[in-house]
Amino acid sequence: MTLRTLPADDRVAMKHGAGGRAMRALIEQVFLRGLDPDTRPGIVGLAALDDGAAFPVGDQWLVVTTDSHVIHPRVFPGGDIGRLSICGTVNDLAVMGATEPLGLTCAVIIEEGFPREELQQLQASMNLACREAGAPIVTGDTKVMGRGEVDGLVINTTGVALTRRLVRDNGLRAGDVIIVTGTIGDHGMAVMVSRHGLALEGELQSDVAPINGLIRAALDAGGDGVVAMKDPTRGGVASALHEMAGKGRVGVLLEEGALPVTEEVRAASELLGIEPLHVANEGKAVIGVRAEVADAVLAALRAHALGRNAAIIGRAIAESPGMLILDTGFGHRLLAESEGEPLPRIC
Amino acid sequence: MCLGIPGRIVEITGLTAVVDFWGVRKQVALDLVDEPVKPGDYILNHVGYAIRRIPEDDIEGTLALYEELLRETDGGDLMAEDVAGELGSLGPAHPKGEPS
Amino acid sequence: MNGTTQMKFRDPARAKALVDRLHALMAEIGRPVNVMHVCGSHEQAMARFGLRATFPKSLNMIMGPGCPVCITDQPEVDEAVALVMQGATVATYGDMLRVPGTSKSLADAQAAGGRVEVVYSIDQAVAIARTTTDPVVFFATGFETTAVTTATVLLRDDLPSNFTVLSAHKFVPPAMNVVAGMEESLVEGFLAAGHAAIITGWGIFEEFVEKYRMPVVVAGFEPLDILAGMVALVELVGRGTPAVVNAYPRCVTREGNRRAQEQLWRVFKMQSGHWRGIADIPEGNLEIRDEFAHRDARRVYRVDPALAAGDGPSDLAVQCLCGSIMVGLKTPHDCALYGKDCVPENPVGACMVSSEGTCKIWWQYGGRPDVAAMIGGAR
Repeated sequence: MTLRTLPADDRVAMKHGAGGRAMRALIEQVFLRGLDPDTRPGIVGLAALDDGAAFPVGDQWLVVTTDSHVIHPRVFPGGDIGRLSICGTVNDLAVMGATEPLGLTCAVIIEEGFPREELQQLQASMNLACREAGAPIVTGDTKVMGRGEVDGLVINTTGVALTRRLVRDNGLRAGDVIIVTGTIGDHGMAVMVSRHGLALEGELQSDVAPINGLIRAALDAGGDGVVAMKDPTRGGVASALHEMAGKGRVGVLLEEGALPVTEEVRAASELLGIEPLHVANEGKAVIGVRAEVADAVLAALRAHALGRNAAIIGRAIAESPGMLILDTGFGHRLLAESEGEPLPRIC
Repeated sequence: MCLGIPGRIVEITGLTAVVDFWGVRKQVALDLVDEPVKPGDYILNHVGYAIRRIPEDDIEGTLALYEELLRETDGGDLMAEDVAGELGSLGPAHPKGEPS
Repeated sequence: MNGTTQMKFRDPARAKALVDRLHALMAEIGRPVNVMHVCGSHEQAMARFGLRATFPKSLNMIMGPGCPVCITDQPEVDEAVALVMQGATVATYGDMLRVPGTSKSLADAQAAGGRVEVVYSIDQAVAIARTTTDPVVFFATGFETTAVTTATVLLRDDLPSNFTVLSAHKFVPPAMNVVAGMEESLVEGFLAAGHAAIITGWGIFEEFVEKYRMPVVVAGFEPLDILAGMVALVELVGRGTPAVVNAYPRCVTREGNRRAQEQLWRVFKMQSGHWRGIADIPEGNLEIRDEFAHRDARRVYRVDPALAAGDGPSDLAVQCLCGSIMVGLKTPHDCALYGKDCVPENPVGACMVSSEGTCKIWWQYGGRPDVAAMIGGAR
């Protein structure tokens, strides 16, 4: 999908980190333009703007991805920044087809005065997630910055993994079936509700989890028929599908009634006026598969504990490349990307 | 212009109610609602305030009104049954079954 | 209304029947019909549920000045930005954060280090004020539906002394008069905002109908509410019947919410004011009464909007067509900035900011393209 040229802002704002168009524009305008292009053939590099990079090594691909984690609050219903920092990277590897991480690096920047006890709790949480993912931390770095120089804690993790088959986010073709591996919007909604002091009581829980095992199940069932994957984090399923549709030069026709959404997320969405398709997930994948393997992939996903609510939500079409079209059950409409962090609204 | 969401009152303490919205509960202020409310009643929430008690009868009443709008489809030529100043089967501006 | 009952108003089969009825009515009328809604939430719901794609082509539903975010005037945003720059904490609804003032939005002020808090309810702003001795100003926007919540809070006697309100509240009914009275107006009937009418009651429209001789239908926001409201409105237009119909009887009464009205008018009075891009609307603004001057940020602080206005509006802002778009005289496609210099992440006009703004909705939901054609044979 081509980006419109946006007037240059003189300051970086929160929207530039929110995973939508503003962030991609910043990356294109500052980083892609500023860095010397990588012209080596056969490498999936920065210009691909995929979930990670990939190098051919023998008959395999070495996949590398990195992610820095900052979140308020650091502990939220269903998880914390420790768990998030492991899952984010493991999942980025997984959606490129690399489901068995060789190891992760972990770099932390800690604000002076940070409570040791909380650090220990977060470390325990990281450890548990590493165990679930089968992804050991193999090296790390620790820095402390002065009070006020960094906000609490920043965790960066980098993951490496080998895979025989690389799955990109640009592989959609007309006729492919779009699957989401479970309910959408759980993470972002749980965090938003605790962040804005909205005092909603109920089972709003982040879905943060390592899904490499789940993705392995899908790949085993679908083989070469699994043609495109992405983890719908910031910007939600809508952003992930926009990228997939743009890069694959197809339209995507979604069926609103088929979207798996928990009652609680649906309720919070109605109350706050937010579209669940724009809300972040941290334990889900959007998978494009050839039609003939769709049922097998769906069954494999549903047989996995993290994929019980997996659903076919739409399909790729030749018309309207780069666009998402939502069948609401009443009519059709276009679904835009979110332009920043979703905010509760009153009107 | 104003996001208004219906919910059901679970409990009331003073001027504050705990209201259930499809399984999510939220405190809602009762300072503005113009009729007595009790647990089990439906209210319409706007920015954390109940601005209306929604009588259950009126939910059915509204649906009935919509059915009436449809029934006129069978009535043939609309313009022929023209009755200026009257609204035909749509009824008066103040539909029946509504508390005043 | 939870669960199944709410869903009754989202029943696609009943919706289809109402759409068919709408098509049949338009065929009987046999000419184009122009009607206007004055509620951004109507536009939002039509867009969200894809209803526009089902309307007869000859039925032109114009989106009127119904978005309180869009019609909040630039100097009002400037006042809020100035208060942040003068060191106050400004709390406001999420809708207002990215609305541009003359040269800055509250999000810009926040990026520059100012204290801006997004709240869902005025009570959260009061709670913030209780945690500090610094000034906390609630930038209060919205129509009467929202203004009543500001009023009820200002009537409480236990508010912290550092809490004040910057009112940009607006009152809807006077704006309908202005639009209906415009010579170039094509509007033949109004779909009135159901949630504002909960407060005012539908009786308030009787005088309007009398004066302008055009029908008003009060409608709710679920798909069936909107479609039923439109069927009723088109029927009235077709018959040439100027009347008020309440198509949202489960929420709206003739008298409205008297308890809320009483509180509203104890705290606020009507005042003429400019609605962004539209016109001066006589009695369209809600101003805090003298009795509550100590809660009125404009009177407690020396607010200097010039501080926020900077060098004045950009060249782009001058070209913005939001005003004409909001009264239905222009569409976003008529605007040279739309989708080019003006996009949601870099809005020039407020219509591209608000979730209810025409431009934002057209951008987000694809405006009024023929979506059926866009999916071609895929369906």
